Amino acid sequence: MKKRTFREWLKAWDEGEIDFSVPGPGCPETPGDAASSGDAADDRPAPKDDAAIRAYARRFRDREAALFRRIYPVMVVLIVAVISVFLLRVVTELPPFGSADTPANSSETIRRYLEDGLSETGAVNVVAGVILDYRAFDTLGESHVLFTAACAVLILLLSSEKQSDSLRVREILEKDAVLHTTGRVLIPLILLFGIYIVLCGHLGPGGGFSGGAVIGSALILYSLCYGPERVRKGLNLKSYRVTVLTALLFYSLAKCYSFFCGANGLETIFGPGTPGNLFSAGLILPLNLAVGTVVACTMYGFYALFTEGTV
Amino acid sequence: MIADVAELLLLALLVVCGIAACASKNLMVSLIIFMAYSIIMSIVWGLLKAPDLAVTEAAVGAGVSGVLMFVTLNRIRRIRREEAKDDEETDI
Repeated sequence: MKKRTFREWLKAWDEGEIDFSVPGPGCPETPGDAASSGDAADDRPAPKDDAAIRAYARRFRDREAALFRRIYPVMVVLIVAVISVFLLRVVTELPPFGSADTPANSSETIRRYLEDGLSETGAVNVVAGVILDYRAFDTLGESHVLFTAACAVLILLLSSEKQSDSLRVREILEKDAVLHTTGRVLIPLILLFGIYIVLCGHLGPGGGFSGGAVIGSALILYSLCYGPERVRKGLNLKSYRVTVLTALLFYSLAKCYSFFCGANGLETIFGPGTPGNLFSAGLILPLNLAVGTVVACTMYGFYALFTEGTV
Repeated sequence: MIADVAELLLLALLVVCGIAACASKNLMVSLIIFMAYSIIMSIVWGLLKAPDLAVTEAAVGAGVSGVLMFVTLNRIRRIRREEAKDDEETDI
């Protein structure tokens, strides 16, 4: 029998290759022998029976764990220190905040966006103009990434069985007077704020993604306070699928049309309109609505699937 | 002047929150600190004149992702509890 490491011994024993009733080479003849050789037995595989092997394995594992515990904090501190030094050096090289000669200001593309963005897209909020007009393709991809993630979570977590634990927790929550009263005051405000962010994405800060996240968190809060059945009246699995797919299809078709008509994002049915009006900036408002719908549904869908196993 | 002091205070709080979130033993506690970190970060975004980011950070960082991680924590604990129960049953 050839010499093996301890791991190979364990593997061989696991596969039933070794019969321990016959003492092999490298094995101590008697238990007393192993005891007399003391700590030296640690380095040499000396398994006699199940208990001895288990004890040996435990000692081996403990030794590895101890080594890991000792190295881990040292490595963490080292890596964090190195990264911090690099980042701090980069920070000292940055141009001062708001200065005229930052790379962002001196780029030709950025100057075009800032100077002609308002007249070309009709969006007062230039960020919305860039995101949903000049760079609408990126936002389309982002929405599809979210949709794909939601599909994956749906496939993984969708289950028909009721989860007893969440039911128990929900019973406690639904009786909570503080939660109910706070929810009654807060949820309409949060929903209203989210809708405002989505609708005024082209006029002020915000847009489809942030507004959708706010609406999604309002839905989560509503589901926490009053139970998911109430949400399910308006948003069940079927209407969830239909809503998200419609929003995504609308976005894709609108952008296909825009690419079809010159691919520069300027040709829309509505035209830029009067900057500053709610109904202006061409397709930006409907696109914001579509993105907001997708994001709100996805956020709520994640929560519902993680807690209930269904939307 | 006051704005500068406030900004420095917020930045210092950010560092404190970051270290505290890593250092706390209890996962629940580090989650709450992480959400506090997001709120402070959204105020800092506002001070840096990036209101878009401020709104998104407050909604996603402090709201949705925090809730999702709470739910995940709850699930992990439930799985652990079930495992412990199974172990007890096999021991008997």
